Order: sequence, then structure tokens, then C-alpha cells
Amino acid sequence: MIGILASVIDGILVGAVYGLAAMGLTLIWGVMNVINLAHGAIIVIGMFILYVLVYSFGAEPYVAVPVTIVVTFVFGVALYWISVHRMIGQAHLMSLLSTFAVNMVLIGLGTAWWSTSPYNVPVNVPGISWQRYTFTGTHIAAAIVAAVIAGLLWLLLHHTRIGKAIRAVSNNRQAAELCGIPTTQVLAMAFGLGVALAGVSGTLIATLFPFTVLSGDAYQLKSFVVTVLGGLGSPAGALFGGIALGLVEGIATPFMSVSWIPVLEFGLFILCLIAFPRGIFSFMKD
Amino acid sequence: MKKSLYLLAAALLAAAAATPALAEDTITIGFTASQTGKLNNDSTAQKRGIELWRDDINAKGGIKAGGKTYKVKLVTYDDESQNTRVQQLYTRLITQDKAQFLISPYSSGLVATAAIISEQYGKVMITTGGALEKTYKLGNKHLFQIYSGTSQYLKGALAALLEKNKKPSIAFVYENDPFSKGVAGAVRAEAKKEGVTLAVDESYAGSTTDFSPIINKVIASNATALLGGGHYADGATLARQLHEQKAKLKWVTLLVAPDSPKFAQLGDAAAGISVPSQWEPQAKYKPDFGPTGAAFAKEFTAKFKIVPGYHAAGGYAAGIILQHAIEQAKSVDPEKVTEALNKMDVTTFFGKTKFASDPKEHGLQVGHQMVLAQWQKKNGKLVKEIVWPDAAKTADVAAY
Repeated sequence: MIGILASVIDGILVGAVYGLAAMGLTLIWGVMNVINLAHGAIIVIGMFILYVLVYSFGAEPYVAVPVTIVVTFVFGVALYWISVHRMIGQAHLMSLLSTFAVNMVLIGLGTAWWSTSPYNVPVNVPGISWQRYTFTGTHIAAAIVAAVIAGLLWLLLHHTRIGKAIRAVSNNRQAAELCGIPTTQVLAMAFGLGVALAGVSGTLIATLFPFTVLSGDAYQLKSFVVTVLGGLGSPAGALFGGIALGLVEGIATPFMSVSWIPVLEFGLFILCLIAFPRGIFSFMKD
Repeated sequence: MKKSLYLLAAALLAAAAATPALAEDTITIGFTASQTGKLNNDSTAQKRGIELWRDDINAKGGIKAGGKTYKVKLVTYDDESQNTRVQQLYTRLITQDKAQFLISPYSSGLVATAAIISEQYGKVMITTGGALEKTYKLGNKHLFQIYSGTSQYLKGALAALLEKNKKPSIAFVYENDPFSKGVAGAVRAEAKKEGVTLAVDESYAGSTTDFSPIINKVIASNATALLGGGHYADGATLARQLHEQKAKLKWVTLLVAPDSPKFAQLGDAAAGISVPSQWEPQAKYKPDFGPTGAAFAKEFTAKFKIVPGYHAAGGYAAGIILQHAIEQAKSVDPEKVTEALNKMDVTTFFGKTKFASDPKEHGLQVGHQMVLAQWQKKNGKLVKEIVWPDAAKTADVAAY
């Protein structure tokens, strides 16, 4: 019984980080109806920012969190102008293709620089031991950082002018434009924010597990499941969706072979699409 | 004008026809390596081993057979760690690049795919990094295995573990790929024979990044020993998380990953972990031909700034065995080389090499023996020692 509880707690901790990654994906979708297929590659950028800072600059691992947010935000805004801006309002396939192309370019560059070997950044944070189980410090720290960032995003979206502008554009771009909101800039900003969220989740994941240039794929898939659970376009739903996914993983593993977990996850994904097309947590959508 | 053009064309044709006779004889050897994808780490080591052999033999002038000297030319592509690429590229190596001999890609799964192509075209293929025994039991005629088979992998670990503890509680957690599943079958049979029950017996996907649910399961089962793993990426992650979650195990043996010198990057998480190994730099076999283990390790380290693990040594061994077979056959004719390989019973720096001649398991490695190596902390530094069998050991087993 205690074993299950330990798995559940572990699941929640990791789930918070999955949720943060999915928030990036869902924010971009919510504001501009673009599914960012470069999401996984951006998560990997976050991972390698941590690696470069720790190994080339000798920085403390968690210093990478604000650095990643700034770097990937700027990168995201640039990416918006290069590959997304002209696709807004076009058929979905256009933005899917253009962001997928960005994904391939980024993975190609990463492979050329770092090859696809695994990288490992050892992070030492004392964990908490309970009975025979140990909750690692890095998991706890990552979950806390993820929750703090999610909270800050909520404050930004609900209590600042720029946040209100983003929500206004998300609701009705034409009306926002008529009210004098510079919607193009707001879209670029929102895209940058979404990319920064993906990037910083990558940094946090890299403090937990070894990673390669190709690791993004697995987390991108998880992000899709999480956004569907939480309702596409709802950042708060994404965080809870992430935790829910972590919980499912935690509760299911003691009872079944781990190779069945993806079957369960994607089974849930389909079920959710049929039964709750707006997401289980859609009631939280503003 | 027209006449001179004809003359020019004739001269060019003559020159083209004359070139092959003027050029040195070469042997083209083809293989693929996983320069990208999940097998990248070990496959790169194997590729380096093969290339080092080529440099060595070409520096000596080449392979001498039947009064001729052949320079070795390697043709290689990136198989992206994918079966489909292996299938396309081995066909290409044979039909377009005209490879006369083949060396396998890395990992049992890819070797099995490559073997289908090489047998189809009747090409001799020396396999390295392909331990799965099933591949050699399909009636293949030109396939020769350098590595000891999957059934040998955890035999040593289990024997060494039972020496310490007669009734260990073992958690067995392994990757669900052909190689690890091959090892798993052998472990179950061996455990049954010894009357040991497996407290956990579970496989995971090679892409797994978070092992905490599995580790919690292992802790809940009260296991004192863990055997398993798969390849580099997953094995390194599993080792790191076992350490972070302080799973109270007395024994951990993982496949493949801990053999790589890179494994020491994990620091304290690497200490105490053992690995079944095809070869270690300390091994002191007296080679019938070719370099000694020490000479190979020295040259490899000087060139690549990293100590060779067994994947690198296996690559070099594949080259040197093929070379020896060609020399013995005194010909590059594939059937004669096959015959020489069938008869081979030699010792190189890699250990003994002898291939099964029974048609039911033709080409299976029956001469080579594995050792069990363990990462131990000595004066604050991680070193890999051989701990089993007694005849080869350089240190006693240390606690995990």
C-alpha cells in the first residue's frame, strides 16, 4: 500500500513538469490556433541550455531556469516572425508543416552539434526518505519550480495589461484590434511565452533524467495527451492534466507491466476525445 | 577535327581500361553504424574499432593473400539505429558499392536484419555487437559471430551472486528489445535451475526516461539484487535513478551501459554496478596474431582520447578475424574465406574465437568467454575491475 502511495507522489511530482510543458503547447493553440510541432525540439533546447551552462560556464543548475526563460522567449518571438506569422488564419496544415519544418531543422542542428548520445547533468538536491522509499530532491524542486512558474503565468494572464491583451486576442482577434490592441505584437509575445514554457520544462526535465537530442519526441507526445486531458487552449487545465497523467502512471504501475502504460495513456487519450472533447478540466477554462 | 576527337576518345578509353591494372588491389568491406539514434554511443565505439583496424592493416601495407596485397577500403553509412535503414543500406553496400565482405551493424536487432540481406546475396558477414543466438540458428551459411551469445551474458553475474548469497531475492528488469529479451530467457532458465525465484520480472520500452515507478516496484518487492538493463541510454538512466532513490540493493548488474567509459560520468551512481563484458582492457590473452590487448588499448586511447570498451574491441576483432581468414584462404573468394572461417580456432587480443560448424547453429560463437566487470571506487576515482571468473579477476567484488 505504501508502495502505491510512493508511486502516486512520484507521479504527481513528475506530472507537474509534464503539465508545464503542455502549458506551452496549449497557450499557443488557445491564442492563435496553431499547433506547434516544434514543441519537442524546444524542450530539447531547454535541456541543452542547462547542459551548456553547467559544463561550459560552471553555473549552478537552477540558474538555468531564468536563463532558459529569457533565451527561449526571445527565440520564440523570432520564430513567430520567421515561421508562424504568415500562417495565422491559413489552413491548419500550413502551420503544422511550417512548425514541423522548424522541428526538423532544430533536431538536425542539434544532432550535428551534440550527436544523439545521451547527456547527463548531475544535480544534487537532498531528497526526503520515508520508510524504504526516497523522493528525490530534484523531483521535488522541479515540481515546486513548475508550480511557481504556472502561478506566475496565471498572474501575468489575469492581472497585467499584456495578459489581458493576450486573453482578449485569444477571445476575438478582430474585436481586440478594434479596441486598439496591437494584435500582431500580442501574438508574437504569446508565442514567445509558449516557447519559453516548453523550454523551461525541458530544463527541469534535464535535472531529472539523462537526455538526448531526440528526447523531445517523447515529451511532445505526453504534452498532447496532457492538453487533451486538460482541454486544448487552457493553461490551468494543462497543469492539472499533467498531474492527472502523472497520477495515472503512478497508480497503474504497481498493478501492470510498465510496457502497458503507453497503451493505457493513449487509450485514455481516445476516451477523453470521445467523452470530453473539451477536456476533463474544461470547466476551469476562462 | 573529327579525327582528332576520335583519337582523344580512344586514348581516354585506353587510359580508363588501364587504370584498374595500375591501381593497387583493394578489398571493399561494407558496414553501417548508428551515427544517430538511440544506439549511437555503443555503435560509434564499434565503428572506431573497425576503422582503427583498417588504419593498422593499411599502414602495414594491407592484407596479404595468394601473392597479392590488398588495401582495405571501408564503405559505411549511418543506419540511424533503424531496421529499415539497415535493410536499404546493406542492399546498397552489396549491389552499388560492391562490398566484397560485410561487417554487421551494432545491436542484435539490426544484426538480424542485416543477416537476412547478407545471406540473400551469399556475402560473408562477420557480426560484432550481435549476441542474440536465434540469428545463427536459421540455417545461415556465411554468418560468423564474434561476441559470446545472449545466454552467456548474465550467467557470470548469477554465478558470482550465488557465491555470495545462496538464496538471493532478484529483481529482473530489462529492455523489451530482441537482445535483452534473449538474455532474459536464458536468465529465467538459469534461475529455475538454481532454484532462485525472481521477485520482479518485467520489461520496459527502450525509450523509457522515468524509471521511478519501476524502482518503487523493486523496493516494494524487497529484492536485494537487481539484474537487467538493455542498452546505453536506458541503462544509464536506470543506474542514476537507482542511486537517487536509494533502492537498498546489495547487487546491481546491468547489460551493456556500464561497459562504456562514459558511464563513469554518473559519478557515485556508477560505483558498485557490474556489467557482463565481452572484453576488458586488462584481459591478458596471448594473441596468435595481431596486437595484444594492452597495445590495442594504448593505440585506441591515444587516437580517440577515451579508453576502449568491449564494443570498440569487438569492432577491431571483427576486422582482424576477417583478415586472418582471408590470409588463411589465400584468396578473396567468398567460399574459400567461409571455409577458412569454419576451420578457425584462434586466440586474439579479444580472446578465443571458434565458430559452431553444426548446420543448425552455424557461425555461432563457441570459443569466446565473457567476464564480469564492476565499477569500483579507488582513492576517489572510478575504475572498472574484472571480478569474475577467478581466472581472470583483477579485484574482489565490492559492495554496491
